Amino acid sequence: MSDRPMLEIAALQKRFGETEVLRDINLRVGQGELVFVIGPSGSGKSTMLRCCNRLEEPSGGAIMIDGRNICAGTTRDLNRMRLQVGMVFQGFNLYPHLSVLKNITLAQRKALKRDRAEAEAKAMEMLGRVGLAHKAQAWPAELSGGQQQRVAIARALALDPKVMLFDEPTSALDPELVGSVLKVMKDLRDEGMTMLVVSHEMGFAREAADRVVFMDGGVVVEEGTPEEVFGAPKTERARAFLSRVS
Amino acid sequence: MDRFLETFFNATVMARYLPDILHGVGVTVLLAVAIILAGVAAGLVLACLRTARLRWLNFLIICYADVGRALPPLVVILLFYFGLPNIGITLSGPMVLFVVLSATLAAFAEEIFWAGFTSLPRGQWEAGRATGLGSLQVLVWIALPQAVRLAVPPLVNRALAITKMTALGSVIGVSEILSAATTAQSFSGSASPLTLGALAYLAIFVPFVIFARWLESRFAWKKA
Repeated sequence: MSDRPMLEIAALQKRFGETEVLRDINLRVGQGELVFVIGPSGSGKSTMLRCCNRLEEPSGGAIMIDGRNICAGTTRDLNRMRLQVGMVFQGFNLYPHLSVLKNITLAQRKALKRDRAEAEAKAMEMLGRVGLAHKAQAWPAELSGGQQQRVAIARALALDPKVMLFDEPTSALDPELVGSVLKVMKDLRDEGMTMLVVSHEMGFAREAADRVVFMDGGVVVEEGTPEEVFGAPKTERARAFLSRVS
Repeated sequence: MDRFLETFFNATVMARYLPDILHGVGVTVLLAVAIILAGVAAGLVLACLRTARLRWLNFLIICYADVGRALPPLVVILLFYFGLPNIGITLSGPMVLFVVLSATLAAFAEEIFWAGFTSLPRGQWEAGRATGLGSLQVLVWIALPQAVRLAVPPLVNRALAITKMTALGSVIGVSEILSAATTAQSFSGSASPLTLGALAYLAIFVPFVIFARWLESRFAWKKA
């Protein structure tokens, strides 16, 4: 791991009106690291993740991607920054009016200005990586939830991001479909992608995470290796949460 | 029975006034096409502008849509046709009809397209933005195609309802179908030209309805 983190969150704050959702979050994700964020609902995990590509506008603090502060700059800088940060949503958010292939080529062509052949080749490569090359011409509605989420991952990967954000990627899936998505995420990790994952899949966290971050009430309460956080949580809040979910 | 046929289907009278009615058909079709194109296009532009969420602009758009939907078109037609010349603006009958009806359609179309935009899940916009697309690109490539599909059925109904109002042109002397038919009726003393007019409307709007059905089925995107 290099000295400079790929993603660094510094003193991040987020308020919705009077409600303080994030209070002074500090977090570093090194190159190729998979950091797993857990915590009770309402703890601000998703909000923090969404601040990392400014789908939510931070109220204070800074977020650095590969050394560059993404909270400064013009709208054009923002769009360019977002190309470097892939995002996978709980609800997949595939475009229902476009085929699987077009879902993956749209941003490549319109935002990265790749030509059609290049974008399609890249899309096919990414579909191959998530095991869905045979579904290129299918419509999103024809796919299972697990397949849709893998297409969504391929769509994000096709833009060659430096960091991938996962916002509860398996929460909307039937239990038997969760494994296929987690496998894709594990492969990604093994290939060296930098990943920040908000999820309730504790088994996956134990197996694949480099570090686990426990958030509650808008702050990072505890942080450590999976063995440390799951095996011997230091704080009472983490202990109470983990005993409830596992 | 004879008296019924004599009143409504007098062949001699019909043959005599057929050319007038046919001319009216031409005027009605031309007006209808122009009203639909202008009204739908203006409504679409207004709805797209509204997605930018600029407070004052949206206030104006909402006012326009509400007033445009609330006012009976006949009232506005009479106001424009008889009122505007007093302040030095003289518009021809067909022009008044075109302006008022396309403006009315625009008000309804704006609301229909806007309903399409708002019914899209927020995740669609977010997915587009998260992949580095600008807001205009998200609007054009992601939101608009989906909103248009949702809008087609109600839009077709509204366009039909409003283009039929070209018959209101008869009160300001536009020589569309109804106007030609009532003129012929008063000259001939027979109701047959009105029958002919009704048939002419059917001849125009039944294909329109069939076309609308085809459009609806075509615009329903493929599902499993």
